[in-house]
Amino acid sequence: MSGRLALVASKGTLDQAYPPLILATTAASLGWEVGIYFTFFGLDILHKDRLQHLKMASVGNPAGPTQIPTLAGVIPGATAAATAMMKRQMQDAHMPSVAEFIDMARELGVTFFACATTMGVMGVDESDLIDGCQIAGAAAFLDFAAAADVQLYV
Amino acid sequence: MIDEKLDTSGLLCPLPVYKASTVLSRMEPGQVLELVCTDPGSLADIPALARQRGDILRNVEEQPGRQVFLIEKGPVQ
Repeated sequence: MSGRLALVASKGTLDQAYPPLILATTAASLGWEVGIYFTFFGLDILHKDRLQHLKMASVGNPAGPTQIPTLAGVIPGATAAATAMMKRQMQDAHMPSVAEFIDMARELGVTFFACATTMGVMGVDESDLIDGCQIAGAAAFLDFAAAADVQLYV
Repeated sequence: MIDEKLDTSGLLCPLPVYKASTVLSRMEPGQVLELVCTDPGSLADIPALARQRGDILRNVEEQPGRQVFLIEKGPVQ
């Protein structure tokens, strides 16, 4: 059996970078063809510099690694603390980093679609992105997704 | 007869599936992989991996805190 998975990664926080990458590496391990469309803040996951500095939100996020009261979340350093805590939790569980997941996905042949509109809106140049991205608009991604067995929006 | 062994103790999804798939991919059809997992999700995930890849799950042994799978590599598609 082999299938095709089409994912949309639309969020650029540390916690939301993981689900599409976990699903993509799993599907590719099952022998599936996989494509991820990185759009809006999800494009940060493909951004050479920003992907190293994805953060956990400490304000307005009742579901972080620790329960930070909203008012305490605005204290300088709270976002960095929440981010460090999440990274430590993942490390302690022997989970790969976002950058390591990207390398795994790439080795498995996962296609990275970089949203051309997001690049235009946010002033992102092709040279800002990691190697091997396919710059695409919505039509090109939908053309890939139309033949997919599973399509998910993250 | 076991041709390859892989111990994924302490690793969580997707790593047992990812690592098992990597090893199975370089094995020959008919060869058998002994896979040890401690992730409770593996009990559902490894049969799914075998089904999706076209491999044959020969045996599942549930031991305290871990599972031991015997997977025979299926014919290459």
